[in-house]
Amino acid sequence: MNNSPFILAPASVTAVMLKVLGALLPGVVVYAWIFGPGVLVQIVLASLTALAAEAAMLAARGRPAGRFLADGSALVTAWLIALTFPPIAPWWITVGGTAFAIVVAKHLYGGLGQNPFNPAMVGFAVMIVAFPALMSQWPAQGLSAAEQIGLIFGAPRPLDAITAATALDALRTGLHESASAASVATVMASHPAFGQFAGRGWEWIALAYLAGGLYLLQQRLITWHIPVALLLGLGLTALPFWLADTAHYASPLFHLTAGASVLGAFFIATDPVSGATTPRGKLIYAAGIGVITWFVRAYGAYPDGIAFATLLMNICVPLIDMKTQPPVFGRKERR
Amino acid sequence: MTSYFFILIGAVLVNNVVFVRILGLCPFMGVSKKLETAIGMGFATTFVLTVACGSSYLIDHYLLTPLGLSYLRTLCFIVVIAAIVQLTELVIQKTSPVLHQVLGIYLPLITTNCAVLGVPLLNVAAKHDLIASLLFGFGSSLGFTLALVLFAAMRERMDGADVPLPFRGTAIAMVTAGLMSLAFMGFAGLDKFK
Repeated sequence: MNNSPFILAPASVTAVMLKVLGALLPGVVVYAWIFGPGVLVQIVLASLTALAAEAAMLAARGRPAGRFLADGSALVTAWLIALTFPPIAPWWITVGGTAFAIVVAKHLYGGLGQNPFNPAMVGFAVMIVAFPALMSQWPAQGLSAAEQIGLIFGAPRPLDAITAATALDALRTGLHESASAASVATVMASHPAFGQFAGRGWEWIALAYLAGGLYLLQQRLITWHIPVALLLGLGLTALPFWLADTAHYASPLFHLTAGASVLGAFFIATDPVSGATTPRGKLIYAAGIGVITWFVRAYGAYPDGIAFATLLMNICVPLIDMKTQPPVFGRKERR
Repeated sequence: MTSYFFILIGAVLVNNVVFVRILGLCPFMGVSKKLETAIGMGFATTFVLTVACGSSYLIDHYLLTPLGLSYLRTLCFIVVIAAIVQLTELVIQKTSPVLHQVLGIYLPLITTNCAVLGVPLLNVAAKHDLIASLLFGFGSSLGFTLALVLFAAMRERMDGADVPLPFRGTAIAMVTAGLMSLAFMGFAGLDKFK
């Protein structure tokens, strides 16, 4: 705890966004180290598209392009898209998703600070609904840099040799489509996508995101409510099912380290614009994301639930904020 | 028992009558400007739709099918729904004149809410029995109410947003409805798992 008097640093949107990008860096580095440089290409693609779309929309709306372009918010959206899309997605998937996110989800609502939906997750949801197969191919271990870049820019895809499902996807298909004898343990033992807890390598990526997230907490750019409530919501929903039927439900630890759980908890759900703003509202909002994520992963048709859960809770945010408004100081609870 | 549960889940979330089946858009767009009217409209539709599902099942099962008159189905359902709406309007007018005032033109419009006709017809197509029909109707109207209330809260917040001029009003509301529909795609498959 600091002691008074406090020296206040001037808070600007640019500074906040740069810190968020900095906090994402460890995750990006570990991601590129484990899965190869495809993700770096995606980041460049998404960033260029985001800036171009942002500039075009600002020009069309007659807003000062320089000031809003420099705030870096489009870059954060672009990075989140690049990190949630498959590293070997064809270039037009990333470009299309990013352009949709910036143009429709952000600027049609008035731009920075007014979008009710998280733009990056809108881009992800649109693309996974439209191109489910291409959106769930992750590079197989040991795919070279040249091969990854070739895939991004249109090389033919001889499926299984070069691509692999994520752990979440492999578990779903393993459990649902094979004979009833399959259990979590046998699926995890037989498939190369799995590591110690969840996906091979994903534990380390999750750990790197966690480090970045703790930095955001330390910088007070986010509060503890959303990450804690989201991870608890996810873990506590997974726990009873796992205890009741270890063979058919993955462990809470699997869910917490797999997919985009940690990225979602610290970087996606904490978006101050589309997320809830009151302390109690944040708890409800984030716990809701965690619970819905588990249900989509366990029973739904899509590989990861973070994007849909975030969008669904975004829809509920105006109502949550309205109902959890703290009473004005000096008065009792309203009504 | 579990199949009834999945009918309910399916009707509320997975095949949400507004977002997935794209039925009942007229009240969805028309009555969602204020939260209070949205809630009132939701309750009124819930009552009408559930009763309509039950009575249309009885008429179809005990009258139309035995007599081989199933080609009159749509016509009969429309008449039944119109009668139920009139009943609801009388009840609301007597019990809650304020709500009646607020709902105004939209209450008779429940008659033309295509969800109220669509859901009983879906019931027939899915060969639901009486309990399943009632549950499906109740679930669908709960899903309708949910969509309407969430949408109204979003629109109240969007009133303050700096939306580009060509997109003000109904246009941005349609875009929002589309994105909400996209979010509801995430529930796909939740009712298939047994």
